[in-house]
Amino acid sequence: MYLATTGRRDAPPTPSGVRRRVSGTVLALGAVSLVTDVSSEMVTAVLPLYLVLGLGLSPLQFGFLDGLFNGATALVRMLGGHLADRGGRPKRVAGFGYALSACSRLGLLLASGAATGIAAALAADRLGKGIRTAPRDALITLGSPPDGLGRAFGVHRAMDTTGALLGPLAAFALLWATADAYDAVFVVSFCVGLVGVLLLVVLVPSDGSTTAVGAGVRPAARVRGGSDRGPGGRHLLRSAAFRRLLAATALLGAATVGDAFVYLLLQRRYDLAVAWFPLLPLGAAAVYLLLAVPAGRLADRIGRRRPFLYGHLALLLGYALLLVPDGGPGPLLLVGVLALLGVFYAATDGVLMALAGPLLPEGRRATGLAAVQTVQALARLGAATGFGAAWTLWGPGTALVLALGALAAAVGCAWRLLPSDALTEGTPS
Amino acid sequence: MTRRPTRTRLWALALAVLLLGCGAAGYTLRAAQRAGASRPSADASLTLDGTGERLFVRDTATGRVALAGRDGTRRTGGPVCDRFHAAGPTALCLQRRPGVPARAYAIVLDRRLHEVRRIALPGIPNRARVSASGRVLSWTMFATGDSYATSAFSTRTSILDLRTGYLVKDMEQIPLTLEGRRHHAPDVNYWGVTFARDDNRFYATVSTDGRTYLVEGDLRAWSARALRANAECPSLSPDGTRIAFKKKVSDDPKSPWRLYVLDLRSGREQPLADRRSIDDQVLWLDGRTLAYGHAGDVWAGPADGSGAPRVLARGASSPAMVR
Repeated sequence: MYLATTGRRDAPPTPSGVRRRVSGTVLALGAVSLVTDVSSEMVTAVLPLYLVLGLGLSPLQFGFLDGLFNGATALVRMLGGHLADRGGRPKRVAGFGYALSACSRLGLLLASGAATGIAAALAADRLGKGIRTAPRDALITLGSPPDGLGRAFGVHRAMDTTGALLGPLAAFALLWATADAYDAVFVVSFCVGLVGVLLLVVLVPSDGSTTAVGAGVRPAARVRGGSDRGPGGRHLLRSAAFRRLLAATALLGAATVGDAFVYLLLQRRYDLAVAWFPLLPLGAAAVYLLLAVPAGRLADRIGRRRPFLYGHLALLLGYALLLVPDGGPGPLLLVGVLALLGVFYAATDGVLMALAGPLLPEGRRATGLAAVQTVQALARLGAATGFGAAWTLWGPGTALVLALGALAAAVGCAWRLLPSDALTEGTPS
Repeated sequence: MTRRPTRTRLWALALAVLLLGCGAAGYTLRAAQRAGASRPSADASLTLDGTGERLFVRDTATGRVALAGRDGTRRTGGPVCDRFHAAGPTALCLQRRPGVPARAYAIVLDRRLHEVRRIALPGIPNRARVSASGRVLSWTMFATGDSYATSAFSTRTSILDLRTGYLVKDMEQIPLTLEGRRHHAPDVNYWGVTFARDDNRFYATVSTDGRTYLVEGDLRAWSARALRANAECPSLSPDGTRIAFKKKVSDDPKSPWRLYVLDLRSGREQPLADRRSIDDQVLWLDGRTLAYGHAGDVWAGPADGSGAPRVLARGASSPAMVR
């Protein structure tokens, strides 16, 4: 689902970071992400309804379009990362991605029901999202000291999640106020998206000065831990540490069944009214939001490897809770599963980027981060498909047991595979 | 710190944000006004009363219930409904409520089309049926939330008995007999109920394990048993001997169905002459003619499989014949 891309909050930068604040660049990028996520989640929340109710597209067709574009995003990320590194202008590439997504809302408006127009607008949106993610994360690593990466990503993801939580609320309010004027949702989403682009343009230091930002604190690019790669290493895969990180990411991703299934299992188990169903992801997102910054700080203090693995253990525990036979402590279990899902995202999403960042040379950073994200996305896509198939063949119970076993095995392997980030491990903050 | 953006750039940013905010607010206000203007009150002169057979439809342009004349004229003055059916002295209007998540009202109307009862439900209106006497009602809502795992929407079907006022919000728990055995499964879904003249026997579609069945049910005994596989959205003929239904004939998502008529005594099926894929619960205009919505218009054709379909009402859906 879109939880991984969700998330941000924590407008004031100072809640706990008394001694060291995250850099202005990170806050600016967080603000951009917040505003952009309000814009995009507004549309995400209403699009299925608009297509199926407003236009009479069958759910099958919509599911097909959605799956297709989501798959394509994974590959576009690599393109975005590559472009950002090659031109040395991550901000410009990210800005293009943000602008493309914002303009796709106008496409939805102008398509006014034509299926091809809508497909094109959806494609533009996903293209923009794919392009901007890696350069943006590279900007975050370049704008933060290496031992503060966990916190920087924590703050960014928390702001990101805030936007994702506000977006559907805004869309809901708009539809309510205008009696289902979907066009109003698209127009407002477009305006909000443009604000995001403007924030990026004005507040984020331009590409020429990006390096100076990191250098002001400590040259982030030159410090990297556990790497056996010479500083001039051109090829990312030449770094054994990075290779192992990729392998661990792929393994863990391939054992993650997808949030939609978790929510569906919860809904079935408690026979939740359909009206409440969309609130389940919000519950998990709220926990993610609360814990993103603390998890990031923890990662900076004890090393990123362990929180990343603990996060997956939380997910494992969540799957196990789903297997508790009926008649157990009902609502407690529901809250527990959602909370564990939130912990999983808080401890892994930003932390993975913080784990990968220092392994990558500055000039190849966006590409490297994109590679990590792409591998993860593709592995999860495969996992979701596999889980769906297992569910159909053997029923949800057996499928869940299989997923549990796979995740346990993957965590075990990842424990050995993951490079320890010598840079921060054991270093007192 | 980093190089700060200049004061000028910050002012420009503030101005741009202000302008965009005004634009968004202005558009929203206009949309809200547009919505207010298009919500007319129902016209009191349009009622179910009258002589002879009268065809009511939902007028697509206005979303309101209309009386369709034989000469193609139309009197639009009824309530705004997304799905409509009427029989005897009762009309049923399913109305979607704006906003997310999808919710709807099932509104029971009397012969003057005045509201008698209003029931709020989750989902998207899909099927509506009033028994010939007007005393028993049923409707089906799509439940959007369940669609994550499967490509199909799941449904919630309700039955309301006006004689007792008793409402079954979701008939899923009715004891079902399938192929001679009591069937328990979490994926049971019902839709498209049609009632017999005795206001007790009914027919409906049930889906489970990826297959659909025609079921015959008994309201008083509260039980149902599957009659045959692959039949959706049944509609019982006025004499109670035949059932028109849609049958899945193709895996092509663009044209999966074809309309059939089943003779309940002989068990023989007869396809209609209309070869198009119709997704609607058919209406028996009389013992020989069927009407149904397709591609924005209401069509009619002979029930015996002969002839050809003709347009009954342009820009309309939800046909209902009141006698």
